[in-house]
Amino acid sequence: MGQSNMKEIAIVAYQQSDCVSDAGAANEVELIIPVLGKVFEQVGITNAQDVDFVCSGSCDYLQGAAFAFVMGVDALGAVPPIKESHVEMDAAWALYESMLKIRMGHAESALIYGFGKSSPGELPNVLSQQLDPYYLAPLWVDTISLAAMQARLMLDQGLITERDMAEVVARSRRNAQGNPHAQLGGDVSAEDVLAQQTYVSPLRKADICPVSDGASAVVIATVEKAREWGVPYAVISGIDHCIETHNLGVRDLTDSISTRRAAANAGVGDGRVDVAELYAPFSHQEIILSRALELGEDTRVNPSGGVLAGNLMMASGLSRIGEVFNRIVAGEAQRGVAHATSGPCLQHNLVTVLEKGETA
Amino acid sequence: MSQPDVLHQAFELGFTYTRSTGPVVGRFLTELKKRNIVGIKASDGRVIVPPMEYDPDTAEELGEFVEVGQQGEIVSFAWVREPRAAHPFDRPFAWAMIKLDGADVPMVHCVAAEAESDVATGARVQAVWADEPRGFITDIRCFELV
Amino acid sequence: MSDENNVGEDNETVTGIEAPIYLKYNFTAGAAASRFLTRIKEGVLTGQRCPRCSQVYIPPRGSCAACGVPTEEEVELADKATVESFTIVSIPIPGNPIEPPFVVANLVPDGANISVIHLLSECDNAEVHIGQRVQAVWKPQEEWGYALDNIRYFKPLDEPDVPVERIGKLPVTGLEG
Repeated sequence: MGQSNMKEIAIVAYQQSDCVSDAGAANEVELIIPVLGKVFEQVGITNAQDVDFVCSGSCDYLQGAAFAFVMGVDALGAVPPIKESHVEMDAAWALYESMLKIRMGHAESALIYGFGKSSPGELPNVLSQQLDPYYLAPLWVDTISLAAMQARLMLDQGLITERDMAEVVARSRRNAQGNPHAQLGGDVSAEDVLAQQTYVSPLRKADICPVSDGASAVVIATVEKAREWGVPYAVISGIDHCIETHNLGVRDLTDSISTRRAAANAGVGDGRVDVAELYAPFSHQEIILSRALELGEDTRVNPSGGVLAGNLMMASGLSRIGEVFNRIVAGEAQRGVAHATSGPCLQHNLVTVLEKGETA
Repeated sequence: MSQPDVLHQAFELGFTYTRSTGPVVGRFLTELKKRNIVGIKASDGRVIVPPMEYDPDTAEELGEFVEVGQQGEIVSFAWVREPRAAHPFDRPFAWAMIKLDGADVPMVHCVAAEAESDVATGARVQAVWADEPRGFITDIRCFELV
Repeated sequence: MSDENNVGEDNETVTGIEAPIYLKYNFTAGAAASRFLTRIKEGVLTGQRCPRCSQVYIPPRGSCAACGVPTEEEVELADKATVESFTIVSIPIPGNPIEPPFVVANLVPDGANISVIHLLSECDNAEVHIGQRVQAVWKPQEEWGYALDNIRYFKPLDEPDVPVERIGKLPVTGLEG
């Protein structure tokens, strides 16, 4: 999506809950509402009545409650009725839909939120049922095992080493120490990781993101509206997403051609990338993504710790965008890239480019 | 405000669907019932097993079936030390991408093996059939090392 | 899993598969619902009041759906209620012992602003009407659990009808309050 002749759209607020392995008694609304309260406060608005559009991302299979996302509307203040939509995907795609809504001229601002409570089920099994229903789902081949086969392809071809993977983990744990919402932070070295035995070989438990409960939320608006609100913002200068075939055998699992294509369309290479937040649920996938996005030494990758430090299914992709926004408004970066993924072995990828806005 | 008990309830959610197979998946499953494995020729001539209905690159409708071998080669694998209850084995086993003889792309299935060290990329494996194939992907019970 | 596939006219070609999926979960009720169910185990109906619009919700969900703000103040409600709407069901519910015809009603407990759905019984179905006063008939205390069916059903009360415009606006002390 290019920007010519269109209103510039910016991120104006981002909040995320803590990533916790089990949110206990809290239901969906109780996970969402504190995050929405904070994001409204950040913009200086009261509730969803003060934005033109609301879109959420979640998946009912995670907690096994049909139409659970409908309950989420209880967190919004939907009296009188609001314009609302939902994607059964990561909320990064809800942000994409919200951008289209603004581009069409149907809204000046939008609230986007994602939430997931994965702890009630056995997530790798649940995710196995998103696979081909004739050939794969009946085998109950889980997502960790599929990623392990992807990692072995790379190891066998000499594209990565186990140490490269361990270093990704160690950096994630270190960076997560500075992220108050992370689930797994710590002073961990690559040696510590390599000393672990394998879990689903060649993956170690540390190579695999944890299962987390929680929510995140973002508010986007036209730059005019952001200035009216008087809040700091980061401009979305490009966004695109691409998906690959569901047939894992046909795909080149050692690369992410869908990320490459989305990145080209979003204009990732049109400028310096100071920071990148990549949705890599497995350590080797961060390396695949960094290469597909052609990130260099001067790019800080996953300063939040990324999803290896805490993975909110259906919200982590949106959080990646929010984390890049945070770096830009904090003055730590001028330009950054956020990536979101969905499906086994990085099947579907969304790339967003954020840039520091012109000061009013 | 009173402190609540944390109330939880274990339950099992069932999705008891019947799926239509269509001519391509149906043909593959029909052949499994006869202990045959068939693939399909893609637009560029590659043989894809199990067969896909449409070409992954061109979206062209596919229909040229090709019988492939019941032996093949491990392209990649994952060793599962702690099988899940849903998994096809209750002892350690491997998931593998297996390129069958005569096929150009690998398929995902499970491999029975005693130890991780017995499995390797490039190892030869052979399909093991269920006692009574019925036209389901698990008619191939697993693959075993040759 | 069924051993029988769907097959075509040749009795051989597979045309469909039985592919049931069973997933195991441990469902949690939510903090607000857990509080509600904990109190109903003690024989008390409770709601939560919105700090913004003052509406009292039952069962509470931890938020005011109208305002989009968290609700925390717990309010004890009466087990008397007013019929806000109802339907007479003439078909059996599969697996449910209730014999049709029976009455399912939206009932607003005194002190609440929102209705809950429950059964009406010990009544002439033809005479059930909006605004009618009803009261809970509880199971014996030793059978109480974390469930709304601690109340077997509601039955009519010999009290004057509530005018439509006052349904959902009664204090916890009811009509006389």
